[in-house]
Amino acid sequence: MSAVIDNPSHDDHEHHGPTKGIARWLFTTNHKDIGSMYLWFSFAMFLVGGCMALTIRAELFQPGLQLVEPEFFNQMTTMHGLIMVFGAVMPAFVGLANWMIPMMVGAPDMALPRMNNWSFWILPFAFGLLLSTLFMEGGAPNFGWTFYAPLSTTYAPDTVTYFIFGVHMMGISSIMGAINVIATILNMRAPGMTLMKMPLFVWTWLITAFLLIAVMPVLAGVVTMMLMDVHFGTSFFDAAGGGDPVLFQHIFWFFGHPEVYIMILPAFGVVSQIIPTFSRKPLFGYHSMVYAVASIAILSFIVWAHHMFTVGMPLAGELFFMYATMLIAVPTGVKVFNWITTMFRGSLTFEAPMLFSVAFVVLFTIGGFSGLMLAIAPSDFQYHDTYFVVAHFHYVLVPGAIFGIFAAVYYWLPKWCGRMYSEPLAKAHFWLSFIGMNLAFFPMHFLGLAGMPRRIPDYALQFADFNSISSVGAFIFGATQLLFLYLVIKAIRSGEPATDQVWEGAEGLEWTVSSPAPYHTFSTPPEVK
Amino acid sequence: MQNQNTKRTVVKSVFAVVAMFGFGFALVPLYDVFCDITGLNGKTSGPYSEAKAQAQERDESRQVRVQFITQNNESMPWEFKPVDYQVEVHPGEIIEVDFYARNPTSNPMVAQAVPSLSPSEGTDYFHKTECFCFTRQLLKAGEEVLMPLRFVVDEALPDHLGTLTLSYTLFDQTETLDPEELEETTTQAAL
Amino acid sequence: MRSRLVKALSLLLSAIYAADVSAEYGLNMPRGVTDISHSVYDLHMTIFWICVAIGVVVFGVMFYSIFKHRKSKGAVASNFHENTTIEIIWTIVPVIILVVMAIPATKTLVEMYDTSDADVDIKITGYQWKWRYEYLGSGVDFFSNMSTPKEEIYNAQEKNENYLLEVDNELVVPVGKKIRFLITANDVIHSWWIPDFAVKKDAIPGFINESWTRINEPGVYRGQCTELCGKDHGFMPVVVRVVEQSEYDDWLAQKQEEAKAAAELAKLTFTLEEQMERGEKVYATNCAACHQPNGQGIPPAFPSLVGTEIATKLLDKHIEVVVDGVAGSAMQAYGGQLSEVDIAAVITYERNAWGNDTGDNVSAKDIVDYKNK
Repeated sequence: MSAVIDNPSHDDHEHHGPTKGIARWLFTTNHKDIGSMYLWFSFAMFLVGGCMALTIRAELFQPGLQLVEPEFFNQMTTMHGLIMVFGAVMPAFVGLANWMIPMMVGAPDMALPRMNNWSFWILPFAFGLLLSTLFMEGGAPNFGWTFYAPLSTTYAPDTVTYFIFGVHMMGISSIMGAINVIATILNMRAPGMTLMKMPLFVWTWLITAFLLIAVMPVLAGVVTMMLMDVHFGTSFFDAAGGGDPVLFQHIFWFFGHPEVYIMILPAFGVVSQIIPTFSRKPLFGYHSMVYAVASIAILSFIVWAHHMFTVGMPLAGELFFMYATMLIAVPTGVKVFNWITTMFRGSLTFEAPMLFSVAFVVLFTIGGFSGLMLAIAPSDFQYHDTYFVVAHFHYVLVPGAIFGIFAAVYYWLPKWCGRMYSEPLAKAHFWLSFIGMNLAFFPMHFLGLAGMPRRIPDYALQFADFNSISSVGAFIFGATQLLFLYLVIKAIRSGEPATDQVWEGAEGLEWTVSSPAPYHTFSTPPEVK
Repeated sequence: MQNQNTKRTVVKSVFAVVAMFGFGFALVPLYDVFCDITGLNGKTSGPYSEAKAQAQERDESRQVRVQFITQNNESMPWEFKPVDYQVEVHPGEIIEVDFYARNPTSNPMVAQAVPSLSPSEGTDYFHKTECFCFTRQLLKAGEEVLMPLRFVVDEALPDHLGTLTLSYTLFDQTETLDPEELEETTTQAAL
Repeated sequence: MRSRLVKALSLLLSAIYAADVSAEYGLNMPRGVTDISHSVYDLHMTIFWICVAIGVVVFGVMFYSIFKHRKSKGAVASNFHENTTIEIIWTIVPVIILVVMAIPATKTLVEMYDTSDADVDIKITGYQWKWRYEYLGSGVDFFSNMSTPKEEIYNAQEKNENYLLEVDNELVVPVGKKIRFLITANDVIHSWWIPDFAVKKDAIPGFINESWTRINEPGVYRGQCTELCGKDHGFMPVVVRVVEQSEYDDWLAQKQEEAKAAAELAKLTFTLEEQMERGEKVYATNCAACHQPNGQGIPPAFPSLVGTEIATKLLDKHIEVVVDGVAGSAMQAYGGQLSEVDIAAVITYERNAWGNDTGDNVSAKDIVDYKNK
């Protein structure tokens, strides 16, 4: 069985390095180039979405309206959510998948290199379209990233059409990416690399890819229905014509809940690679980790209505979704216990990837606890749509997904560019991010419990203190990311050369190739024992 | 050979994507069926047969309060209200009540009343044999009308449901009709 | 590593602290003033403490490893990576904990859904961006707008203690009675929330939701709209005044009188000055949010009223727009929301303010006539 695909464009490159200039990036089918582009793109979007978040936090620094008007504020909250979810977190994980999956399973490239190129190059256009709405008459989408009908249909600004096309494009990109990941993992593994020998990052991505294939088309469906309601006179979500605005929420969250796991599962995978490395000890409970991820993914399809406890579902519905949601705590708990047991009686060191991973475990668990509280329907009536929810999902997404990405970048950057980053700078980045992030998001728990609704541009006086603290934290966190940019560039340009294994405890195929990883790796498949 | 496998995986995946896209749309009718069965969202169902309503046994031992509330959506300018805001009925008893509507504008207008029942658990036990909400209503400029609602509360209504509230929201549907159709409906409404 | 521990502990402590000094500092959920809100609060605290306990155990083990099993302290890694017994235990134990949590949660939820045998029925309708309260069967029906002045919002004036949480017409309800809320919306989805009652329900256009409460203590309780509903989502507070039954009866009777008086008022005429004065207030409450205090609007969504055809020439059209609204736009039909007197006043104001100076004085009778046309 040959691992080389019969692909003419690939053959062209087979015995050369990359082509020179812009053409290398426009036409590349190399998984490493595409992975890098994904990562840079996602970082750019992270900064754009971050600036929007800082606009929000600046306005909320004090009560009263100082900087922006409520219309623009709503555009900021909407765009911040959309860009962070679809522009920053998801492409970053696709970038990591591109770089690492072929190297981890011993494949020469992704299974569908040309499609890989398309799925990346759709993204700049999708987000260009989305961002351009900011400069259009009527302004950008202002109905929240959850775009509930009828606010997003009958009452939407005209730019909603651009938003819909933008979502379609990023959806297509994600689906192509997911198909590529599945095809690579299922068909391109080196001989001997059985499914149950795959690194956990590969496992979590395989399951994530299945989730993407299952729910991105549903998102495409729901925005298509919106498009038809807005322009073609249908009434999917309009009560007047026999539709139902609540139906929108059901379909959206049928997509939306698996979507939040799409953003966190690959981070689980990253952390499951890093913790054993820096504990110098094999991952505890590999099998149960795989089963836990799979059951989280399956459960994610039957819990969606816990986002809608207040829409007036019948009692039986509330109870079902409450119980199902609580169940998710079980496999999630198993994962946390496994990570901690992996560290237990290990030989621990705390380089930047490990610092971010340990913070991930602690802070993600805090987010999990607030998630468990939110699952309890009667108390959810009090938490729903308040800052408690904002605190919850920022605790799972920032120290969850984002810290997972940082950890991955520090962990694999030496392999990518062959040079080490500066450990002191990375530690500074970690501590400033850690402090900033907790200052920004922890007080939001209190705000929500005390009764501050989310998505408001101004608030009552009793919320003033915690909001200022939160804004200060947000600016610390935001500014720190420039340090990250600086230290990554510094590492690429002038870092100390890295060894092939890079980390003392690192195991896996990716560490067997030289650092930096050559343009083509595993043209001859390695043998996995 | 690997190429073949890849192709097969891709075909399967694309098939799954298309199927899930279809499933998104299938959720729309599925949701209606689901609502019908569970009474989710209080959307009451269409016409109930008169014969079935007649066949219901009247339960003199219990009284149920049925309330009517109305509201206009957005800028709908019609006057629209129940003649009586609540009635006491026995389960199994056929009741007829009237709603008053008036078009105060100087143009003919078409409206659709959308019913919703609370608590939603009661939806399955509230049967309308005749309702102005089954069709769109057209009123000429300044015209007023009494619109009937004929219903029966099912004899099997669970005991703990003592009050049922039926709400009608009136939506302006004038724009969705073209002038010809408007003409046609006018003649029909005149009957 | 010490600083990490300090940080984590201080986080944990501040969370615990939050639980103890709840009411004074607004750190925790209010315990509220209904039996249901008490159950919800207790449920919230129970789960919170369970989470804290789990957290202490789990993070305890973790930090123990972080300190004891460091390579720098000479720790040597062992090689265990599986133990079926312990894995089964830590799957089953959480399930048991969850069942323990689910029992009180289910009980509270069932209570919340029991809307039978209400003493007072109130219909609540969400509008962009205000609430409408109708006391079923009594003829009392009014709108509740935020009353915080623009000057406070734009920092030209000092903010009062109920900043953004004050309204012109409060919802008044009797203490100790079962009150049922029937909740719907006129345009987009809103959500009606009073934390002290633990009542939060979405208001959905075309659909009716219900909820109930029985308040144990008289007082004024404040909440806000909690579902993003457009531009002024943050400016549609909910204020409920809970009073003794006798006071409630008086208030209701007075409201019914007022409704009659307003109908009488419609028959009177006013001078242009009186109209302008009244109209300015009506405009500030109902129109200024979109058309702006200077009448310039925010085109294209909210058109300007200064010097336009409708505001200076076409009087009939002007009345029509205000009374019937403009279909497919944010302009609502105020015919059902404002009294004829107020509509006449605001139209008069719009036709004479900002240099429009038409001199038109629209009377309430004109509006009544238009409505009857």
